[in-house]
Amino acid sequence: MSTTDPYSAEPRETTEGTVYTVTGGDWDSLMDSVSTDEHDDRIVINMGPQHPSTHGVLRLVLELEGETVTQARSVIGYLHTGIEKNCEYRNWTQGVTFVTRMDYLAPLFNEAAYCLGVEKLLGIEVPRRAQLMRVMLMEINRIGSHLVCLATGGMELGALTGMTAGFREREEVLHLLEYLTGLRMNHAFIRPGGLAQDLPEDWAAKVTEFVTLMRSRLPDYDKLLTGQPIWKQRLEGVGYLPVDGCLALGATGPILRSAGLAWDQRKVEPYSCYEEFDFDVPTATEGDCYARYRLRVAEMHESLKIIEQAVDKIEPGPVMVADRKVAWPAQLSIGSDGMGNSLEHVRKIMGQSMESLIHHFKLVTEGFHVPPGQVYSAVESPRGELGYHLVSDGGTRPVRVHVRDPSFVNLQCMPAMSEGGMVADVIAAVASIDPVMGGVDR
Amino acid sequence: MATSKDREEPTGGEQSSAEASGPAVEEQRAAGGEAPESGEVEQTAETPEGGTRLSPTRERSGMFGVRGSGDTSGFGGLKLPGYAPAPAERPYGGWFDELADELAESLDRRGVARSAVRQITIDRGEITFYVERERIAEVCRALRDEPELRFELLSGVSGVDYTAPDGAAVHQPLHVVYHLLSMTWRRRIRLEVALDPADPHLPSVVSIYPTADWHERETWDMFGVIFDGHPALTRILMPDDWAGHPQRKDYPLGGIPVEYKGAEIPPPDERRAYS
Repeated sequence: MSTTDPYSAEPRETTEGTVYTVTGGDWDSLMDSVSTDEHDDRIVINMGPQHPSTHGVLRLVLELEGETVTQARSVIGYLHTGIEKNCEYRNWTQGVTFVTRMDYLAPLFNEAAYCLGVEKLLGIEVPRRAQLMRVMLMEINRIGSHLVCLATGGMELGALTGMTAGFREREEVLHLLEYLTGLRMNHAFIRPGGLAQDLPEDWAAKVTEFVTLMRSRLPDYDKLLTGQPIWKQRLEGVGYLPVDGCLALGATGPILRSAGLAWDQRKVEPYSCYEEFDFDVPTATEGDCYARYRLRVAEMHESLKIIEQAVDKIEPGPVMVADRKVAWPAQLSIGSDGMGNSLEHVRKIMGQSMESLIHHFKLVTEGFHVPPGQVYSAVESPRGELGYHLVSDGGTRPVRVHVRDPSFVNLQCMPAMSEGGMVADVIAAVASIDPVMGGVDR
Repeated sequence: MATSKDREEPTGGEQSSAEASGPAVEEQRAAGGEAPESGEVEQTAETPEGGTRLSPTRERSGMFGVRGSGDTSGFGGLKLPGYAPAPAERPYGGWFDELADELAESLDRRGVARSAVRQITIDRGEITFYVERERIAEVCRALRDEPELRFELLSGVSGVDYTAPDGAAVHQPLHVVYHLLSMTWRRRIRLEVALDPADPHLPSVVSIYPTADWHERETWDMFGVIFDGHPALTRILMPDDWAGHPQRKDYPLGGIPVEYKGAEIPPPDERRAYS
């Protein structure tokens, strides 16, 4: 290690032995400084939590024999924010604002799964227009999430064009979601009982335009990556996990489908009108990183099919349940100072109807009561089964909100996929799991 | 915090009087009808459903059973035991009957007492088996291995702390919840184990469902539940040297100091609330 480098970290002695800091390009000088007569080839390497190829604040501890990984462990918790606990101190509607921030690449799935659970507790049925719009929004979101997976996965494996291309297309997704919901991420648009508000008037044209654009852009990924020899060599036969391993470790989503089991919540336990849609569940039997990559590309094409069908199916109607005891009392409109409660609504509750004012106040400050009991509601998020276990004691706030986040569960597969392989393949395996640390740590 | 658990009681009778009648007795019979274990006698003598989340041992106060204040005006209201899920009544409907029978038979075949299942509750189309904590691993093994049950996937393990917000005594408020999925039969069930916070031990299911590894570590981290037999029960989300278990209801919450005039935003459970 060069002593003139102001950023170099010197080796230091610990109880476990000498700890070296490797910053890249200095491997040879490190090996020279380690005398080989007192050390064997066994090295314990700590990667992360701040590392460009660990897919977020994930820390990997790898034990190496030469370049072969003999043991791999992941350390999580660096992004733990206590969202589940926070939900216990807000009313059921406010919970949406929290859960949307967990798996931040799939916010609409979090919202939908949470709201489906609350609606199951309440025993209410959401209007059809809202259900179909949820489907459409979720599938747009799925495309965005898979694009980030390809982009960051490409970056971690050195395919930087894959990253720029993936983020370029993902930007289209975010622009569209911003147009539809008002926010690029963390929308809090899906609410218990329906949607926060109706979509803008020309939503159908915008969505159709997006589908056309993606139809022209997605084949680029086949040209750029699918058949590319380096990409295939890095991914084929790497990160292998067979179907029995998937089930034992609880892996769902593309990992399970890449091992040959066509398990997709949208097909096997349809929710939100998914049973009306015509789409395929892509599967593969190789169980490796390359199969998972191909499934994600194929799933984006299937999502486009669903979005197109949703545009055709959506008919005029309400987007929130008629029950005034549940429906959020706001009546949003565009005023001189932006989006807010419509002046007519404010005039009515302030000037004409004391009951409306009381109702508004009670529902906004206190929230609605949810009958006691517990439910588990699961949706197929881009990463697998996203399940919400909600417990109510009959009050206006949850007793417990537990999220079965697919990233959390799937990340447990990392050692099974990586041990016995090369260091570089660990990166490919983690990228193919596609963990989102916001969801893992919650 | 919410006082929603407190409800008006029409009479001064036992809260469980409705539940202790026919269905509960029948359920006890269906679940094997074996004598409850010695430690459970006191509770099960009153409530055959046993493993309900809130037993009648929760103290009532106010109104007719006035204690302390001497207020007999009734304005103090009557504090009641909170919600306790009612045992399901045969026929359960759908595939629930078949599943319950299969489980009972497979437990027989494996030499596990049927009383391992303390109660079956069906609510909102979901079935919950309240399992004795000593038997949870055996029940999980039967559920995984029996061809008629075949719950291949453990969706998750988590905890729920049913401690009442008003400080009323709740019997075994600490619950561990397992969500199982059978891909063969396309069925989901829930297992629930009730624990005493003073003795939060139960067997680990990692040897049956390896996926439970991280789930159980999280439940230990968040609720302080000790899974005996877990290969390495360490904290997973909180730092290793953290004190306390944050998802417990009695975990102290912190306020947020703000700089102006030394004010402090109170912790969430002490903030002004309208519910």
